[in-house]
Formats: sequence, structure tokens, C-alpha cells
Amino acid sequence: MRLDNPAAADELRTRLINENKTFTRRLWVCGGPGCLAAGAAGVFAALADAVAGLGLAGSAGMSCELSGCLGLCEKGPLVQVEPEGWLYAKVTPADAPEIALETLSKGELIVRLLDDPKIPLKDDHPFYKPQRRLIMSRMGRTRPDSLEDYVAAGGYSALSKALSELGPGEVSRRVEASGLRGRGGGGFPAGRKWAACRSAPGPVKYVVANGDEGDPGAFMNRSLMEGDPFSVVEGMTLGAYAVGAAEGFIYVRHEYPLSVARLKKAVGTAEERGLLGENILGSGFSFKLRTVEGGGAFVCGESTALMASIEGREGQPRVKYVRSAERGLWDRPTLLQNVESWANVPAIVAEGPEWFKSIGAEGNPGTKVFSLVGQVRRSGLVETPLGTPVGTLVDGAGGGARPGRTIKAVQTGGPSGGCLPREKFDLPLDFDHLPAAGTIMGSGGLIVMDDLSCMVDVARYFTGFLSGESCGKCAPCREGLTLIGRILDDLCRGRGRRGDVLELASLGETLSRTALCGLGQSAANPLLSTIRYFAEEYREHEEEGFCRSGRCQGMFVPEIDADACRRCFRCAKVCPARAATVKSKREPPEIDLGACVSCGACLAECRFGALRAAPKKKTGETKARESSKPTPDDSSEAAAGRCSQAEARTGSQKEKKGPGSKRRRS
Amino acid sequence: MSRLIHFCHFLVNSDYFVGNIRAMSQFDFQTLEDLLAGTPTEPRHLLPFLQRTQEKFRHLPREALLAAAAHFSLPASRVFAVASFYKAFSLVPKGERLIAVCQGTACHLRGGPQVAASLEKRLGLKIGQTSADGRYGLESVNCLGACALAPVATVDGAVRGHLTPGRAAELL
Repeated sequence: MRLDNPAAADELRTRLINENKTFTRRLWVCGGPGCLAAGAAGVFAALADAVAGLGLAGSAGMSCELSGCLGLCEKGPLVQVEPEGWLYAKVTPADAPEIALETLSKGELIVRLLDDPKIPLKDDHPFYKPQRRLIMSRMGRTRPDSLEDYVAAGGYSALSKALSELGPGEVSRRVEASGLRGRGGGGFPAGRKWAACRSAPGPVKYVVANGDEGDPGAFMNRSLMEGDPFSVVEGMTLGAYAVGAAEGFIYVRHEYPLSVARLKKAVGTAEERGLLGENILGSGFSFKLRTVEGGGAFVCGESTALMASIEGREGQPRVKYVRSAERGLWDRPTLLQNVESWANVPAIVAEGPEWFKSIGAEGNPGTKVFSLVGQVRRSGLVETPLGTPVGTLVDGAGGGARPGRTIKAVQTGGPSGGCLPREKFDLPLDFDHLPAAGTIMGSGGLIVMDDLSCMVDVARYFTGFLSGESCGKCAPCREGLTLIGRILDDLCRGRGRRGDVLELASLGETLSRTALCGLGQSAANPLLSTIRYFAEEYREHEEEGFCRSGRCQGMFVPEIDADACRRCFRCAKVCPARAATVKSKREPPEIDLGACVSCGACLAECRFGALRAAPKKKTGETKARESSKPTPDDSSEAAAGRCSQAEARTGSQKEKKGPGSKRRRS
Repeated sequence: MSRLIHFCHFLVNSDYFVGNIRAMSQFDFQTLEDLLAGTPTEPRHLLPFLQRTQEKFRHLPREALLAAAAHFSLPASRVFAVASFYKAFSLVPKGERLIAVCQGTACHLRGGPQVAASLEKRLGLKIGQTSADGRYGLESVNCLGACALAPVATVDGAVRGHLTPGRAAELL
């Protein structure tokens, strides 16, 4: 049925809300990326079978549906019970009959399925306590591909209000007054883009959504596109209405096939119902929205590269003397925002800018979805008001370090971001405080690192990633990253030389100052921030060839703390070189340092923090290495010899270049 | 950098440009024509066309690139630029069974590189290579958004989590 006037959308909502009241109890199986990967589809199928088997489906006022992401990926697959608000964790298909019988039909709590037996309510769980969900508010309450569910949950009230009462000028004014800042990373005031694009001359304008979420360790945009696609579609429709665009594009990363499918379906459904396409809600306003699938290039997340990609060219950025709002896609004024920015728009237009400003911090209104991952107890998606301290997320929602470990740092902002040390965990997460501390907000990745992570290796990892993804257009990024990568690689293989860290800092600063696009300018952030906060680790790598985290192979020896050791002997079981031997059940294992390949497997296995990496004793080999320092080839070969031995046994990755390759020095 | 090397390899082994006559005669022109028939001629449809071609042929054959250049009225160099720029495209056939190891940050921290090395060893392939019989292809992917299950890999798109170097064999 086509909705042909704004009031029709509101009538539909009233009717749907009344219909939903007939439900006495509903089960929502989390269909987020994490839970699906953990087997949520199987759980859902088993539950649906069990519900149908009991004859509860349909008429009995009960249902079981697949919802958007609930956030707590670590404990997936998750099942939420409404209206009680219980959350079952790590559900398996075998639990389905019990859930259908006890919980759905009788309303009994199954304590053994709770993550914490004392906390049945989802909202009381420490993971959800610090959260405030606006962007993710509908996830867990609606079917992602159902327009009806979206409308019943308040969707399209903003569009009908805009078309019937507000008009384009007022829509744009509300976004400008809200102080919304771009959620893709830069934090550029969205209102300035809107105003510039609205006042730009010309009959043809475009709106574009950036869903090319390429940051490793970040999946909030994916969850949004898969869990609540209509909010992006409605936000873009409002944007097009405000600036006067008739055509729009959603650019989605091709690694996310489900996101592409969900958005395409949402666009199709909205068109059928008269919420997209010609004469939207009978207002005379027309807007055509298309989904474009990316080609697998990280740089296409950069706005100008993204537009080049939509135009059918290779995704290389251009210099932004002229803003996209004036000349963007096909040189027409273009309003380009991240999908999460777009998803904020409907609520801002419907509730007003003052409401939006009441959430979050001064100059940083609203909430942000963070993906909390890495070496933390509870990984998942966390949405909090901007300005929430880092520690609240990491230690509160995330539950702190894994057993036997301590958290060392958190990396924010994806590969172009930086690392914050433990001492900075009271720093508010917003667009102003993070840059001051040498990192960025980015798209909202929070990667937790504990004492097993080597900060030099982390810098090497990100530099390697960015070097591979560099589009190659400008020399500072293409060549600079290659050089930085080589020096970091040497440091991580025990081939560090005096002056390396100074040179790295100088290269990094040059890169930041001279690269062409935002990606290049921020590419040195991981390097510079780790040098700034973890200088001691760099010094140890450079001068002593020692890695205190036990990550860089061949650069440490394991040491057992007999008091902390609980005699579980897991370390002896995982040792690939059989260097740890169990002499007696009462004593810690003995490590034969002659046989040890210093691979770090035992360190990672210990749950009691009883094993630590110690510097190598000055044996014949290391002495020879030090005395022959002036001739780099010797030392590199000696170190490479040790490394290759370790790699052969543990199967670590090997670099393409051989041990003899010469490093270029400036 | 790696793209440049990749390109140079093509220039040296320029079979790709000179064309392999035997391969030409066996080439499935019908499929290519069907693909082109439904494609508008504006250049913005180049990327979607190449994506469909990649899906059908498991790589971008020379014929398809030349046909695309004619269809979209673009220089062949620009089509080649696009085809070689994006990671989703391959100029040589990809394996029938694609194993993609996640190299995202969370996977890196939780032991992804060891899983990748173990697969490389077992298959006798490097990341980015395809086995000689065309059965297996080993790839890396930047992030799959299943960080709670790290380290993960996909086999023909299906995600497998909590891998260890030992359990990696189960993927094959």
C-alpha cells in the first residue's frame, strides 16, 4: 500500500502500535554480525521450529524474530526476551525447546542461560549500564528489513513532519543548530556542510552516504546498515529534501554483502510505499536513492576517493581546495556524510536540536557507537554519549583485562588513530580531547591492548596495513610509509640500530605535514603516538633488542614467577620446542633456554600472569651481535637466523623480502 | 608499492596483453555479451559491470576489459586502471574455494598471523595466491566485523571463529 500523504504515515504508525500491543511476549534473536558468525541463524531456526511445534506462533500473541545487533558480541548468540527485558547469552540450538517452553510460553527465567546468574535484566548488565542507545535504539526491537517495525518504532515521523510542517529550510536549520559533528572520523560540523550545499547554486545536487567502513576492528556501520537500514534511508531523504537533491548514493564496502542486500531491500520497500522515488508522501518532492558496492579499497573511505569510485574511476583522493558541498560528485554540490551521521538526522529533525544538544558533552552533542574489541573481556558495540571517559568503556562495559593480564593501552580511531596509555583512561572520548592527546576519534574503533601487545609491533602492523592500502598518488605516503615500515620491521626482528627511533619520528612528522589527503596526513598517528607514550619500549627494541611483551620473536626469554604459578602446566603443553619440562607436579615447569625459540606461546597461554618476558642474557651470540654493530649486514643475518628458526617452528609470518635486503637510509 | 610490482609483472609476462590465442578461441563470449547487454553505457556502471564479471569468471579476462572499454567508450588504459586498483578484482582466476583470513586489528592481536602462517604452510601457498589446480585460493581480508570471535577466517564467505594454528586445518 502506497502512503500518499504525510498523515498516512502517522496513521500507519498508530495502527501498528495498537497491533503490537497484542503481543504478550516476544523473543528477539540477535542477528548482528558477531552473533551471526557465532551461529545465531541456527539458533533462530531451532527456536522458530520449537515455537511452531508448541503452536505458539501467530495467534497466541507470541513470536520469535531475528533482530538487529544487540551489541554484546562476546557472549553471542544472544536472545532477548520482551517485555521482561532478560538477556540470554551463548545460546545454542539445543537450548531452543527449553526457551520456547519455559520462557516464551510460561514466562519462566532460565538462570543457566544468563551471562551472570545474578543479573537477569539486560539493562542491569555492566556492559549495558554505561550505555545510552540512540543510533542503536531500534536494534533488538525491530526486524531490520521490516518497514512496519521501523514505522511502529517512530520511523518516518521526521519525514512526514518535515514534508507537512517544517519545509527544507527548517530541516537544514535544525541540523545546523544541533551541532551534529561528522561521525566518519573528522568531526566536521555537519550543519556547515548542509548550509553550504543548500546555498550552492545549480539545479543538480547529490547526497551520498559513506558506508565504506574499512577500519580493521570497526563494525559499527555494518551493524547499523544491517540492523536499521531505514534510519539511513530516512536520514538521506531528509538531507536531499533540505538541500534540494534529487538523487543519492549509498556506497557500501563489498566485504559486507548482507549490508548491501539489506540496504537494497530497504530502498526497494521505501519506494513501493511512496517513501522514496517520485512524489514522496504526495508532497511533490522526488528522490532517487541507489546503492553502490565498493571494490575493496580502504582509501575509498576518504570522501573524494569515494566519489571518484562512484563515478566509475579508480578511487584516488584529490586535494580539497574546493569542498564537496560546492563541487563533489560529477563536480556538482554534494552532501556526503557517514551512514552514522545520516542515522542521527531523523531524530534531530523530529525531536529538535535542543534535545540533541542535551545529550553528550559541550561542543560534542549526541552519542557515538564504539566497537570495543581486542584484548578485553567483553568485546562488542557500545553506544555512549560523547565525552564518556575511555576507562568507563574499557573497564566498565568491556569488563577490563582478561584473566592474568593488565591493560596497557587502547587504540582509537582505526589505523589512522593513535594509542592512549593507561594513564590517559580518564580522557573524555570526543572530537576535541582525542586530537589533543595525539589520536583521533575516527569511526569509533576502540582496540584494547594488554601487556602481551608490543607497541612497536602495533605500529608496524598499522604501518603495514596503510602502506598496502596507500593509493600511491603522493610520494610522502607511498614512499614514507614504506620506509617507516622497513625500520619498524627491523626493530621487531632485533635488527634495531641507534638513531632508528629518531629517524622514525622525523619521517612520521614529515609524512603528517606533506601528504595529500586525510589518510596520508594521519597515517603516522599510530607511530607517533606510540613513540610519544611508549618511548621506553622503543628504546629497548633499538638499544637492547628486547621486547618486554614477548611479542617480537627471538627478542626475549620467558621467566616463571614461582609464587604466581598455579602449576597448571598449560605452558608446557603449548611449547612448540618442548623447552618447558614438568619435573614435578608441585614445582613450576623448568624452561630450557637453550631449546627455547622465544616464540611467546607460553606467555599467551598463562592465565595467572606467572610468565613474563625477560631480557636475553648476554650469551655469545648477542655479544657477537653487539660488537659487530657497525656492520649491519652481520647483525641482521644473525638476528634473521634466530628469527627464521623461531618462525620455522612456530609458523609465524615471514616477510617477502629476504634477510639480506638492504634498507635505504636518508 | 605492491600494485606497482604487480603491474610490472604483467608487463614482463605480457601474455595478458598479447593474448593467448587458444584461450581466446575457448572464451565464453556469450556470457560476456549477456553481462554487457544489461549494462547502461554511462561510465559509473563500469564498477558494477566488473563486479559481475569477476563473479561469473572468477577473474577479469582480457576480453572483458577490452569489451568494457568499447561499451563505455573509455580508453582501455582507464578500464585497466580501475581493474587493477580495486582489491575485489583479479586479473588471474581465483580459486574455487576461497579462504580469507582476517587480518583486522583484533585478529592480529589474538593470533591471526599464526593462523595465516599455518594455512600458508598447509596449502603451500602465500596469501594472495591460488593453487596450481585452481582449487584453493588463499586471501587476506581487513576486517569482517566478527572481532569477538577473533581470530577468524571465511571459507566461501562463511565465517569461522576462534581459530588456532591447529584448528586451521579444519577449514580445508
